[in-house]
Amino acid sequence: MSESIEELVSQEYKYGFTTNIETDTIPPGLNEDVVRLISKKKNEPEWLTEWRLKAFRHWLTLEEPRWPNLTYAKIDYQSISYYSAPKQVKKLDSLDEVDPILLETYEKLGISLTEQKRLSGVAVDAVFDSVSVATTFKETLKEKGIIFCSFSEAVQEHPDLVRKYLGSVVPSSDNYFAALNSAVFSDGSFCYIPKGVRCPMELSTYFRINASNTGQFERTLIVADDGAYVSYLEGCTAPMRDENQLHAAVVEIVAMDNAEVKYSTVQNWYAGDKDGKGGIYNFVTKRGKCAGVNSKISWTQVETGSAITWKYPSVILQGDNSIGEFYSVAVVNNRQDADTGTKMLHIGKNTRSTIVSKGISAGRGNNTYRGLVSIGKNATGSRNYTQCDSMLIGNKCSANTFPYIEVKNSSSSVEHEASTSKIGEDQIFYCKQRGINTENAISMIINGFAKEVFKNLPMEFAVEAQKLLGISLEGSVG
Amino acid sequence: MIEIKNLHANVNGKEILKGINLKVNAGEVHAIMGPNGSGKSTLAQVLSGHPAYQVTQGEVLFEGQDLLDMEPEERAHAGVFLAFQYPVEIPGVSNSYFLKAGLNEIRKSRGQEELDSFQFLKLLKEKMKVVEMDQSFINRPVNEGFSGGEKKRNEILQMAVLEPKLAILDETDSGLDIDALKIVSSGVNKLKSPSNATIVVTHYQRLLNYIVPDFVHVLVHGRIVKSGGKELALELEANGYDFIREEMLQSA
Ligand SMILES: Nc1ncnc2c1ncn2[C@@H]1O[C@H](COP(=O)(O)OP(=O)(O)OP(=O)(O)O)[C@@H](O)[C@H]1O
Ligand SMILES: [Mg+2]
Repeated sequence: MSESIEELVSQEYKYGFTTNIETDTIPPGLNEDVVRLISKKKNEPEWLTEWRLKAFRHWLTLEEPRWPNLTYAKIDYQSISYYSAPKQVKKLDSLDEVDPILLETYEKLGISLTEQKRLSGVAVDAVFDSVSVATTFKETLKEKGIIFCSFSEAVQEHPDLVRKYLGSVVPSSDNYFAALNSAVFSDGSFCYIPKGVRCPMELSTYFRINASNTGQFERTLIVADDGAYVSYLEGCTAPMRDENQLHAAVVEIVAMDNAEVKYSTVQNWYAGDKDGKGGIYNFVTKRGKCAGVNSKISWTQVETGSAITWKYPSVILQGDNSIGEFYSVAVVNNRQDADTGTKMLHIGKNTRSTIVSKGISAGRGNNTYRGLVSIGKNATGSRNYTQCDSMLIGNKCSANTFPYIEVKNSSSSVEHEASTSKIGEDQIFYCKQRGINTENAISMIINGFAKEVFKNLPMEFAVEAQKLLGISLEGSVG
Repeated sequence: MIEIKNLHANVNGKEILKGINLKVNAGEVHAIMGPNGSGKSTLAQVLSGHPAYQVTQGEVLFEGQDLLDMEPEERAHAGVFLAFQYPVEIPGVSNSYFLKAGLNEIRKSRGQEELDSFQFLKLLKEKMKVVEMDQSFINRPVNEGFSGGEKKRNEILQMAVLEPKLAILDETDSGLDIDALKIVSSGVNKLKSPSNATIVVTHYQRLLNYIVPDFVHVLVHGRIVKSGGKELALELEANGYDFIREEMLQSA
């Protein structure tokens, strides 16, 4: 391709700044004492300490997975610090007590934690390195019986709920990274929507990695009781650093009878520079369980950041007539690698799942869709529709699709469509001939390509995601 | 309006245009005819700045400016419009969104106010009437799933909205049925004014019954080998290109 399609890539990562703040960081290294120390720092009940230790011991028996289509340097788990927190550990009664430096950091990221300033009705839980620093709109939510707080707080205030659901969707032994997370997770968000309640606002968690040489291991647990509804958003950024940083999160969702949970992610961790130096290693286990009848869980993700992404938001369709959805846009540029997709496990009768994956590869990026649709013997009358489209920008990137399908009964059906296209010089020229410059042309073409996914995002998030897509591809076409 | 002098252009190292000279004044309609592969579309693409073509010699002045020095979008801003022989599909992008973006870029470059969605939609609907296009095309993705004739009509719709100074229509008539040909031609004629000009590339004299040219040029092997009035088109229709080739041989 001429200079047009190869050049546009390198706008600087806008969120790459660091915040100078005093932290309580434990020395690098991982062993049972470290696990105990984390648990102690968080003043956890004994059952949880034991749960962590069990996970840790199991982790020791596991090997890091090598099957993904990813290339990255070996991770030295002993050189990472497993806990870092801004040094203001006392419990906050109001946002006014949050360290102004932190408020400013989030302000810079475009997230206002000051409730009165927020125009849109989005409640935010802000996680800074290992701990949650603020949760907004708590009172408003409380009136409806909704619990939305940091994970640590939930452990203290709602231990029964946490104990009941923690690990119920992603067992601590599930996989290498989930086991690691279960041993050392430091914070995250917890959300419980009681029976029959429609959450009146979007709930959102904003993850920020700041400290260097630390890993971020957060856990999110969302429970929607019978007939409840919630839409949950997750955003992530990190400073630009030369070293790679590990992020291994776990998200668990439980939807009971007739409940619905929408989970949307805009993942924009630092991706490393154009030569592949630095960037976040993002190894995430996200899974939802449609435990009740007629329940529904949808994952929508826009993945533009991280040097390495390993992520398969999945749905266990256990309740009869339950619905699972996965809508994904994954963008890789420069040296980024992504291996992402979903698993739809049909167990209940008449369960339905939809998978729409849009992979965009530019630069020397390498984008893999990996998906499993499994329809069990008893999941009669079930259906899956999968569509995987890849778009290539330039000649040095790649796209792969690995769809695995298992159907164990004859009354179910699975449909799969796939396409690969190349953003054409002719498309760009056509736009330019109508007066639209290259950058806007690419952004328009890509957004058109990803439209089916974007339309599932809440409005303001969609606008943000579209902008992000434009930025992360800037320089890939010129 | 536009003056092309000794224009040579290559594609993939092969010379396609071998010294084109052509002058078009405001208010004029020029027709370019010629056998398949003679370089008509290449000329159109070079004038609008397609990156696959390299100009090796010559110059093009558009209202006194060096056209070849401008980016394709700058040429569009200056008022050059190409109706593509093969219009391009842009999945997921609606026709109106696309056209509004183009129009507003052009307006911006001229220091005019951008149109908001309501103003634009009103304009678009007016122009759709001119080319008798159904309003269902407003929200359909650009050219995706359009029939051959619908794509051509869509090109003329875009021209009607963007109101170029110089419109180059590359075989806009091919693929149009007889009624559509009349509608599209009358659309083009309605847009004609003393201050703009049109270059129509066609194989068929029939189109020239509707869009009547002031001049007809015959392009063979990358050169304009004969120019004349509208009767030249009739002559070609009757005799094919052979008589020109013979004339060329005789004069050689
Ligand atoms: N991108 C390209 N790569 C290779 N060859 C090309 C390219 N574009 C044009 N050509 C060649 O240049 C020559 C002129 O093509 P052009 O499309 O200009 O012809 P034309 O006069 O428009 O023909 P038609 O009447 O069939 O539309 C042809 O031989 C064509 O194959
Ligand atoms: Mg042609």
